[in-house]
Amino acid sequence: MNGVPIFYFLILSAVLFGLGVVAFLFKRNIIAIFMSIELMLNAVNLAFVAFSRALGKLDGQVFVFFVIVVAAAEAAVGLAIAINIAHNRRTLNVEQVDLLKF
Amino acid sequence: MNVPVIMFFACALLAVFGAVLLILAKEPIHSALALILVMAALAVLYLLLGAEFIAAVQLIVYAGAIMVLFVFVIMLLNAGVEDRTNQSLMAKYLGLPLSGFLVLDLAWWIARSTSGKAELTASAVPAQASSTIELSNLLFKQFLFPFEATSILILIAMVGAVVLARRDP
Repeated sequence: MNGVPIFYFLILSAVLFGLGVVAFLFKRNIIAIFMSIELMLNAVNLAFVAFSRALGKLDGQVFVFFVIVVAAAEAAVGLAIAINIAHNRRTLNVEQVDLLKF
Repeated sequence: MNVPVIMFFACALLAVFGAVLLILAKEPIHSALALILVMAALAVLYLLLGAEFIAAVQLIVYAGAIMVLFVFVIMLLNAGVEDRTNQSLMAKYLGLPLSGFLVLDLAWWIARSTSGKAELTASAVPAQASSTIELSNLLFKQFLFPFEATSILILIAMVGAVVLARRDP
């Protein structure tokens, strides 16, 4: 029984990352934009695990662990900022949060 | 077609379907559910790659904790249908072709870097008896300092979130 080529996992990772970029560009809701960032992080994690498997080293999996920890911290702080924006500006649309826009 | 290949294609289709659903969903809660679908599919792919610990962490921390946080905030803010605006013409006419180009570019480099290495399959390396033991050896010996540093990072993020989300700062 031969396994799945690592190539397939890497292509899937690239496709998911591209879909994450598209979501990042098209979404207007600040929470949805956060979710597209999480999607991109997941795509990168898949590439890490695939390479870790292909090279027979576990360093890639350790890195995925750290990426997940940092993603958790980022989600906590980012969502707190989103709550603040929603309370102060009464909107979640990023196009209406343009105080720093010239 | 053997079982792992069929499993891979089923999960890959599920993941891509979830990602497309995330883009097309009008309400944030639907996007969140689609993202949970993507994460569950990726957890199965991690199992397929022999990374049991990462698969468990993916389900518990990502699909569990982080997405519960997302859903909780969506419910708290009562985020409804997101308004569509026509202001982002640049995203439509420049972003989409450039994103497609990014995917093609990544695929091209992956194809180049793995060509001639046909033996590089998911089962080329014999699976360790338990990769979790090896992983913990790495994590608590070689990567001990980064591991402790992330605990400080989590603490700072926790305090920061509490301070930011307080109603009367």
